[in-house]
Amino acid sequence: MANMNRVAIGEQDPKIRATNFEEVCLGYTEDEAVEEATRCLNCKKPMCVSKCPVAIDIPGFILHVKNREFTQAVKVIDKYSSLPAVCGRVCPQETQCESKCILGIKGDAIAIGKLERFVGDYSREHNVDLSETKPKKGIKVAVIGSGPSGLTCAGDLAKAGYDVTIFEALHEAGGVLVYGIPEFRLPKDSVVKHEVENVKRLGVKLETNVIVGRTVTINQLMEEEDFKAVFIGSGAGLPMFMGIPGENLNGVFSANEYLTRSNLMKAFKEGYQTPIRTGEKVAVVGGGNVAMDSVRTAVRLGAEGHIVYRRSESELPARAEEVHHAKEEGVIMDLLVNPIEILGDEKGNVIGMKCIRMELGEPDASGRRRPIAIKGSEFVMDVNTVIMSLGTSPNPLIPLTTEGLEINKWKCIVAEEETGLTSKKNVYAGGDAVSGAATVILAMEAGKKAAKAIDKLLTK
Amino acid sequence: MYKIVGKRALAPQIFLMDIEAPRVAKSAKPGQFVIIKMDEKGERIPLTISNYDATRGTVTIVVQTIGCSTKEMENYNIGDSFSDFVGPLGQASELMSESIEDLKKKKIVFVAGGLGTAPVYPQVKWLSEQGVKVDVIIGAKAKDYVIMEEEMKEVAGNVYPCTDDGSYGYKGLVTNKLKELVENDGIKYDLVVAIGPMIMMKFVCKLTEELGISTIVSMNPIMVDGTGMCGACRLTVDGETKFACVDGPEFDGHKVNFDEAMRRQSMYKTQESSSGEGIKAGCGLGGTK
Repeated sequence: MANMNRVAIGEQDPKIRATNFEEVCLGYTEDEAVEEATRCLNCKKPMCVSKCPVAIDIPGFILHVKNREFTQAVKVIDKYSSLPAVCGRVCPQETQCESKCILGIKGDAIAIGKLERFVGDYSREHNVDLSETKPKKGIKVAVIGSGPSGLTCAGDLAKAGYDVTIFEALHEAGGVLVYGIPEFRLPKDSVVKHEVENVKRLGVKLETNVIVGRTVTINQLMEEEDFKAVFIGSGAGLPMFMGIPGENLNGVFSANEYLTRSNLMKAFKEGYQTPIRTGEKVAVVGGGNVAMDSVRTAVRLGAEGHIVYRRSESELPARAEEVHHAKEEGVIMDLLVNPIEILGDEKGNVIGMKCIRMELGEPDASGRRRPIAIKGSEFVMDVNTVIMSLGTSPNPLIPLTTEGLEINKWKCIVAEEETGLTSKKNVYAGGDAVSGAATVILAMEAGKKAAKAIDKLLTK
Repeated sequence: MYKIVGKRALAPQIFLMDIEAPRVAKSAKPGQFVIIKMDEKGERIPLTISNYDATRGTVTIVVQTIGCSTKEMENYNIGDSFSDFVGPLGQASELMSESIEDLKKKKIVFVAGGLGTAPVYPQVKWLSEQGVKVDVIIGAKAKDYVIMEEEMKEVAGNVYPCTDDGSYGYKGLVTNKLKELVENDGIKYDLVVAIGPMIMMKFVCKLTEELGISTIVSMNPIMVDGTGMCGACRLTVDGETKFACVDGPEFDGHKVNFDEAMRRQSMYKTQESSSGEGIKAGCGLGGTK
């Protein structure tokens, strides 16, 4: 009988890690990984695979780990995913692969994410060569955006022999992996940069500082620069605000701004020139992963961090692991609370946030119990920095500057589910630009599907 | 990397640079800006495009040393490179989408304050190329600080330099000059375009509201990415929140909440001199956009 408990994984002590930006989870050692892999039952009909959006041969790679054939394990995953060290860290495995693991019925599911991460890290630390591609076809494809969907699409197309160029608006590749997810969950210099380098080693060219829609248009790329197909993976990076009074006071930020300053611009590090407001008491409004990332960043910058969320703990959209980590690090959860006004002093600095208490009513269309304000329960939270983490929507720039590219009422690009084909000939799209803000792995799935469809289109 | 191929001083602490950036040069339009990051540890600084040459593949910026980033930029010389140079950002000047016939019927005056003369130039030049000659009021604190007057004269109708201390041209503020032109000289302007420090734009708008002249301003809030993903540059225009980097930078000056914009612009002021209260060091505003 297999051991029902998963092998414990090393983590930085909460008290210590709340003061630094180093990775919280230390990852499995070789022996620990082998031991955890040994628990896998190697099911004939592996349910875990059915719940992985890119259908990684999970029992296949785990069997190699069990046999200490780590390089082979790398090669198995590489057939499906170019970003194992990223996905192993940030995928919500508990609702995906691990949710259907048979061991999970009576005990702990196999730690598939942690094993994938181990394999990804092994690949990087041992320089496993993954640069093999099919013969070059000499056909140019443009990929817009270097987030998870763009990197995946570009990687797959390069493997198929295409001449791929990624156009990235920021100065560094990775999309949300570099500007959004903090260092303590996803190290930038080692993990993200390395996985971007892996994609470049396949022959993919990367042009940073190019904003498609401003620097160059999709039509120009196709007509003047001879790109035969385009994949749009521009994400959903437009922040939402609540529209309550006081939102433009000094000290109110979008989570995107706060995280971009800290992660991409490295404002948390000595010697980097971008400033960041650390705040003494920081309220993060929202309950998703981005909210957890923001509040944990604020705590590391020395603040008392609060999560202000209008529903209760069981409705928090963030991963359970992140909520747990946040609490361990001293984050205070102000649940069933909704801000109604941000208060400022005569200089326009935030000095508090007026909130109202909520209770849960009947489930709404989304199936979640609807929060209802409790009359007369207003109170003022004593905070001097507010971070709005209410979600994001796709940037309208590309649709506005690309004739014939259809969008829906949520400003998402309309694309066929199976192929990513848009309303414009030879233009494909995927990831958050199509779905609205979702997960890294779903963006990768969309990138993969589009790469397959583009290959089919251009080889006929 | 983006190579500096030209550099010259225009005034004390104000210098011009031509930077090799072919893609930006090809797409740039008057009214737009770029973001520069000097090196790995640098911040992203917004600067207005003051000229562009698609054939040479260069974009011209004019910089005033007001913070530690711009001071550092002054140490860069011809042959050096910036690690990042992205653009063109923002909307092109609205004037470009009007019909030339309509523009020709309009009497337009540009009010340029200090460094704001640089971003005024490409607009005036573009209008001149369409056969529209506009007036330009250039404000500066003293004679040495009046920039680009010669270039401006080549493309503008009347150019009125003004200095605070009277060391050159009209003695007094640009608003006084504008008032004089309208009230004393009886010039009927249909449109004012004001570009300069926020405080100047605010007072130009106050005046033109009294005079009943439509006014466009180019806003220069704090920016980070410049592509609409963070909202650092948000402003209230006509009661609505707008992102200057994508919705602007130009707006109807009579609808802009200047007091809020100026307050937001000063958010990181303290860390120029010290680490400030509750603000982690860094360099500061840096940008002169």
